[in-house]
Amino acid sequence: MNTLRSFPTSVAMPRNRVLAAYAQETRAECLRYLRSPSFMLPTLLFPAVFFLMFGVVLGGHNSADAPRFLLASYSTFGVMGPGLFGFGMSLALERDNGLLTLKRALPMPPAAYLLGKMVMAMLMAALITILLQTLALNLANVSLHVGQMLQLALVCIAGSVPFSALGLLLGTLMKGHGAPAVVNLLYLPMAFLSGLWMPLSMLPLLLRRLAPMWPSYHLNALAQAAVGFDIGNAWPHVAWLALFSVVVLAIASWRLRRHG
Amino acid sequence: MNDAVVASLHGVHKRYGAQHALAGVDLELHAGQVLALLGPNGAGKTTSIALLLGLLRADAGQVRLFGRDPQQVTARRNIGVMLQDAALPPTLKVGELLRLCASYYPAPRPLAESAVLAGIEDLLDRPYGKLSGGQQRRVQFAIAVCGRPRLLFLDEPSVGLDLPARQRLWAGIRNLASEGAAVVLTTHYLEEAGHLADRVCVLLRGRIVSDGSVDALRARVAMRSIRCVSALDADAVAAWPGVHQARREGTQLHLACKQVEAVVRRLLDADPLLSALEVQAAGLDEAFRNLTDDDAAPASELCEAA
Repeated sequence: MNTLRSFPTSVAMPRNRVLAAYAQETRAECLRYLRSPSFMLPTLLFPAVFFLMFGVVLGGHNSADAPRFLLASYSTFGVMGPGLFGFGMSLALERDNGLLTLKRALPMPPAAYLLGKMVMAMLMAALITILLQTLALNLANVSLHVGQMLQLALVCIAGSVPFSALGLLLGTLMKGHGAPAVVNLLYLPMAFLSGLWMPLSMLPLLLRRLAPMWPSYHLNALAQAAVGFDIGNAWPHVAWLALFSVVVLAIASWRLRRHG
Repeated sequence: MNDAVVASLHGVHKRYGAQHALAGVDLELHAGQVLALLGPNGAGKTTSIALLLGLLRADAGQVRLFGRDPQQVTARRNIGVMLQDAALPPTLKVGELLRLCASYYPAPRPLAESAVLAGIEDLLDRPYGKLSGGQQRRVQFAIAVCGRPRLLFLDEPSVGLDLPARQRLWAGIRNLASEGAAVVLTTHYLEEAGHLADRVCVLLRGRIVSDGSVDALRARVAMRSIRCVSALDADAVAAWPGVHQARREGTQLHLACKQVEAVVRRLLDADPLLSALEVQAAGLDEAFRNLTDDDAAPASELCEAA
């Protein structure tokens, strides 16, 4: 046992090298998804195609407010994707295929893995909002001033946080190749029930009453506010999303620590 | 410095439900020593490694990695890891993967040096997913050595490698050990253990049943087994020179012997009616089976050694 004590136990890791590890992990996580068409295409195309279909092609003879409303709701819909899929599905797959095990065995700073995926989801949210805003301004005759454009972008980027948290939690609950189906089972109904596909006023009363359960309902409210619709006080929605993120993230990291 | 204990298991137990994966294992890993963990599937090899890597927690006993709890990241900054099945991101290039993994360590090797050690200089710009299985294993080896580890874990390192690649890998491992790194490898192949290891531990049903040099294990494997249908008395045969063990199963006589030729000649002389003679070559499986038999018999010397 004396030998244990005589052995120099650790090499100090300089602070800048720890930061470099975070940066490398984030860079690698972004690069791997940017290069993966099976992730990029659906994530970008779904919201863009829906918006083009309902906001541009079919929405031509609706009121002028319709495309603006749809810009906000499909932005919300788009932002949900990278968090749920990039985080949840990839975590589920990596728990299954041994990558997470290897990363846990290597001296990776524990938070770097999550931070990398978080930044990736935010980057995708930024791409989605740029794409949808470009389509809206050029093809759907939506007019926004710069302040509104930036506000919508901010809502989208920050709005990926609660869905990344939810994705993380899902990722700790499921494993392997069943994950895409489970994520879709949550993603699509949640979008519908939050009034992203058709206005809530067209849904039955019960569903309308239940809508505030869903994080996407609150994010949609903030996106609508950003493009100029009056939603009343925005802070309860922000507070709800913040609380949701913290609680879900806490449960997910507890599960991750416990069960890996 | 060369005898320093870099990692240890003391009285470690680990259960999965009703299954006792490790039942009181003591193991010390020394700097500069290549240790091979041998054993059939389910013997506890992977569990032992997972405990040392901090992937699992022991139910009882103590696990130490460089004097610390392996779940602390500071302890793991001294290790390199190559696991059996880790699907690295297929769209990342080999160079990017190496740079990423090197960033986890305080003083990593330059990228080019890790590449040379693993023989992947010409693969650095290729996406990982486009590589062959053998090339992927070499990249995994490069990742394992990129942090200048003082303890290297290799789980079945040569699975999927052809002979030249395997020999190159072995040379790389020996090289690291000569620089003072401790190496732990799990393997199914006695040949691999023989080429690489200074020390071989055999795990069976969650216990270490043999711990010693490769030659010592070889001597045990040199034992061969004879089966035949014969009326000879098992106890009498057990007393013959060269016969280690003899037992009867129905009409069959089972022998474990060292001088198999002499024993066969004497068997045929003693029993002209002997039939269905079978001599099994020495194999690791056979060695395991012998060890298991010995392990089951409380009086045997092996059990005391364990």
